[in-house]
Amino acid sequence: MNPDVLLSAIIFLPALGALLLAFMDSRAVSQIRAVALGFTVATFVLTLLLWGQFKYGEAGMQMLVVKEWIPTWNVFYRLGVDGISLPLVILTSLVTMLAAVASWSINKQHKGYFILFLLLETGMLGVFLSLDFFLFFVFWEVMLLPMYFLIGVWGGPRREYAAIKFFLYTLIGGVLMLIAMLMFYFNSGGTTDSFNLIELAKAAAGTSETLTSTLSPNLQITAFVLLFIGFAIKLPAFPFHTWLPDAHVEAPTPISMILAGVLLKLGGYGIIRVAFPLCPYGAYYAAYALVGIGVFSIIYGAFAALAQTDFKRLVAYSSVSHMGYVLIGLGVWKIGEATGKTVNPDMWLMGINGAMFQMIAHGVSSAGMFFMVGVIYDRVHHRDLNQFGGLMGRMPLYSGLAAGLFFAGLGLPGLCGFIGEIFVVLSAWNYSPTLAIVAASGVILTAGYILWAMQRVYMGSEYKGPHSEDITPINGRELTVASVLLAFAIILGVFPGILFDMMQSSTGALVDSMQLGYEKAAATLNELQAMR
Amino acid sequence: MFSELLNNLINNTLDKGLDYFSAELWLSGTIVVMLLMRLFSIDRLVPTFIVGLIGAAAAGWCSFGQFADLIAANDPVSVSFFGGMLRQDLFSVFFRIFLSLFLILTIALTVLTGIPDNEDAPDFYTLLFGATIGMMLMASANNLLMLFLGVEMASVPSYVMVGFLKGRKASSEASLKYVVYGAGAAGVMLYGISLVAGILGTGDMTLLADRIRVVAEGGTAGLGDPEVRTVALGVMLVMVGLAFKLSLVPFHFWCPDAFEGASAEVAGFLSVASKAGAFALLVRFCVGLSGVPETANLMTAFGVGLGVIAIITTTYGNLAAYTQNNLKRLLAYSTIAHAGYMLMAVAAMLVMLNSDQAAGLGKAINYSIGGLLYYLAVYMFMNLGAFAVIALVRNYTFNEDIDSFKGLISQSPALCITMLVCVFSLIGIPPFGGFFAKLMIFASVYQAAQIHWAMYVVLAAGAVNTIFSLFYYVRILKAMFLEERPANVKSVPLPAMEGYYVVVLAVMVALLGFLPQLVNGLSSIANEAGNAVLLVIGG
Repeated sequence: MNPDVLLSAIIFLPALGALLLAFMDSRAVSQIRAVALGFTVATFVLTLLLWGQFKYGEAGMQMLVVKEWIPTWNVFYRLGVDGISLPLVILTSLVTMLAAVASWSINKQHKGYFILFLLLETGMLGVFLSLDFFLFFVFWEVMLLPMYFLIGVWGGPRREYAAIKFFLYTLIGGVLMLIAMLMFYFNSGGTTDSFNLIELAKAAAGTSETLTSTLSPNLQITAFVLLFIGFAIKLPAFPFHTWLPDAHVEAPTPISMILAGVLLKLGGYGIIRVAFPLCPYGAYYAAYALVGIGVFSIIYGAFAALAQTDFKRLVAYSSVSHMGYVLIGLGVWKIGEATGKTVNPDMWLMGINGAMFQMIAHGVSSAGMFFMVGVIYDRVHHRDLNQFGGLMGRMPLYSGLAAGLFFAGLGLPGLCGFIGEIFVVLSAWNYSPTLAIVAASGVILTAGYILWAMQRVYMGSEYKGPHSEDITPINGRELTVASVLLAFAIILGVFPGILFDMMQSSTGALVDSMQLGYEKAAATLNELQAMR
Repeated sequence: MFSELLNNLINNTLDKGLDYFSAELWLSGTIVVMLLMRLFSIDRLVPTFIVGLIGAAAAGWCSFGQFADLIAANDPVSVSFFGGMLRQDLFSVFFRIFLSLFLILTIALTVLTGIPDNEDAPDFYTLLFGATIGMMLMASANNLLMLFLGVEMASVPSYVMVGFLKGRKASSEASLKYVVYGAGAAGVMLYGISLVAGILGTGDMTLLADRIRVVAEGGTAGLGDPEVRTVALGVMLVMVGLAFKLSLVPFHFWCPDAFEGASAEVAGFLSVASKAGAFALLVRFCVGLSGVPETANLMTAFGVGLGVIAIITTTYGNLAAYTQNNLKRLLAYSTIAHAGYMLMAVAAMLVMLNSDQAAGLGKAINYSIGGLLYYLAVYMFMNLGAFAVIALVRNYTFNEDIDSFKGLISQSPALCITMLVCVFSLIGIPPFGGFFAKLMIFASVYQAAQIHWAMYVVLAAGAVNTIFSLFYYVRILKAMFLEERPANVKSVPLPAMEGYYVVVLAVMVALLGFLPQLVNGLSSIANEAGNAVLLVIGG
């Protein structure tokens, strides 16, 4: 398909589905479900087409779509895909499709639910595909509205609190991003100010032909901090993570899957796509803090997960812990003081690749874990870890699949969680052995809370909690979702090359441009010092 | 000699003055027709609102003709007419179109909600039209005398409209508070005008800066100079009057009471139209005082001062709104907060206009006024939409509290979705118009911050306030969407015609956020209007 059409179709097909649903009779529940699922499947197929047209080994943006949008402000409708965004686009459409299947458990106001659900998908895909800062920001904020209502209307008992907390945190991040956006816009210094993310990144590296100036090193630090807080809230990293346990626990199962599977990745993607390339000096300046926050998040999230008695809250804190690896992988950038060059750029590249892989792997495994929690919650209507037990005997197939997905989250070799963690920890060794050891010891804690949870839920002689009579074997629909996710967890664990081949030229280019950007900023600083 | 003067005056008036003034004339003519209709009982045959709609549409059409002429001209035009009392440029024409459109929308709303009834319609529309003429005069005022006249002409009918719900104590009380406050502010403003005009020897606003330069001794106009000090005092007193119209803290006390007492239709009209007129006037006044190097320091300080007032106003409005249960009162505080956001644009304009780099910042200055105008245009739709929903729900539940909105989504989705769009736009979330408007204002504040650091504080305050405002706006949404409809609340049936009306407003709010033709077209016109008002800079 023509890329112009394809990229726009991927973004707006779900929105079109939402529009169609709006005209349907709200009592025709099964038709509504079918249409919604149909649109998510179609979107998934389109993203596979996108994968088919993707050229491996090309570092830059592919299938660029550039249309004028608001010429007064030099805002463009600019889309494109590269090795960094493609895996995330496919992950988004996959997880959303599976979440749509999981949405059969939604039992009220189906029409409103699926309209918001599809609008959310449009927002997420839009963020991953847009290359204009303004457009990026618009899609970023577009996700707020559906998410607020999806948690607030269809969520658990404390849904209103969780929804407003999510809204508030994201809006704070958005406002900070908006200010950073204005900083880039007014300092882009071409013939006209620009929101073009690609050119802004090139300008920061000094290779842009159209944009002549970039932020001064000090402003880069400010901008990076603003952007980083905005993205760290989404990621989430300590201390900006407190919205996550509430939102994930109160959200209905399919929305928890999307939150953990896709929304958290937006934070990591934002750092790779916007914060890093646009302010390389700021990124270097903050690198140690990034790694430190990452390590702390791993340990803190793991300890917090150990302390939970609510099954879903445990999985939520495991997300905080696992996303810490993403920050470490991105932040392990060391510059030799004498040479001004990156020390072991290959190790840093490995860290970035590991971080990217960790994002995808976590998207698969945590979506699966949340779904598994949802399956048992639908039956027994509680999530108290101390009241489970003996499910292995009652639901053998379910327990087996759940074990697979939890092991994937744990990082068992052969499953997807392992690759990302090992790459990140190895690259961290090059950066700071102490931090690498601390991060690696997080794996023990992870094993601790996951195995302990599995022991309390699946092992044991018999189930003693409430609603024992409602425990029925896993049904076909649930089996489909779980086995697809487990299959992806195994495939990614055995053939990690699928992802690395896709992304490595783009991440490699990122490392090179960051190096150039740092050199440019360092030169500016030297000039300033010489002038003094 | 005298006859020559008279002839010139007559010729000027007949040649262009009457043409420039045609929108106001149409509105005045409509008032006369509406009153005569009642005199001869024709209003029983032809509803008054039809005459009103025709009159407002005609005024809009005339303004649109003027707009087309101004756009067709190669160079931006700015001419004074009626002996220098009024000024015709793209800026005043922009406001004429804006106010005519808003008048049409307000009349349509009053028809749908049934306030006023047929008996009172001529009175009500007369007041409405009178106030609109006053606001148009505010937007095209070129003389301090017209400044006062415009403010009063807009205010006096507003006092009556606030008290229009006869027999309601709250309404009369609100009206009385508004009158007393308004009279006080007007008196102070008139005193200020007399000081300014007395020292500077002119009422022409475009000459003010130049005259200050003349009266100031030495190179720069500083506050040490007694005459400059008196002028500065006068300017501050004039600002009191404008701040009253804009409901800026600390001159905002009338606003929540007046809005609560008035019907939602009137409150919606006042919150948008009277703000628009007052902002137009403020911009003209500020531009008149700027533009000569001698006053630059003083005016930069004035701009920063406005920025500080803007910070206080937005913060106060947003925080005070949180505890309100009456929706009109809540929106009154929201109006105060939004006046603060818009004032940030004026502050940014003043800071940039009076810096030594003003020549290089031409575009940025245009854009700051353009941002203000864009904000007003979006604000018209989103605020009217919110007030319209309140008025329509009130007609069924006889209640304007947040609680009466609980669970409304199950009964009338059209009203709820309109409210949703309006509220998200008021918070400033894309892809709605409010976001783009806010972005334009924040962008100009950011650029002004490159001149004066204090504007960084203004920018930060604007950002923080966006987050503050979330809390009370979301309370409305939470009530409507997340809560169950209580059993004892009267039901709100899905209205047909009313539904279309509010949905049109919601669609406009949404389209102003992303439809390229609309966003681009309106923002470039707004920027050009910003350019037009600056033509008179420095005399």
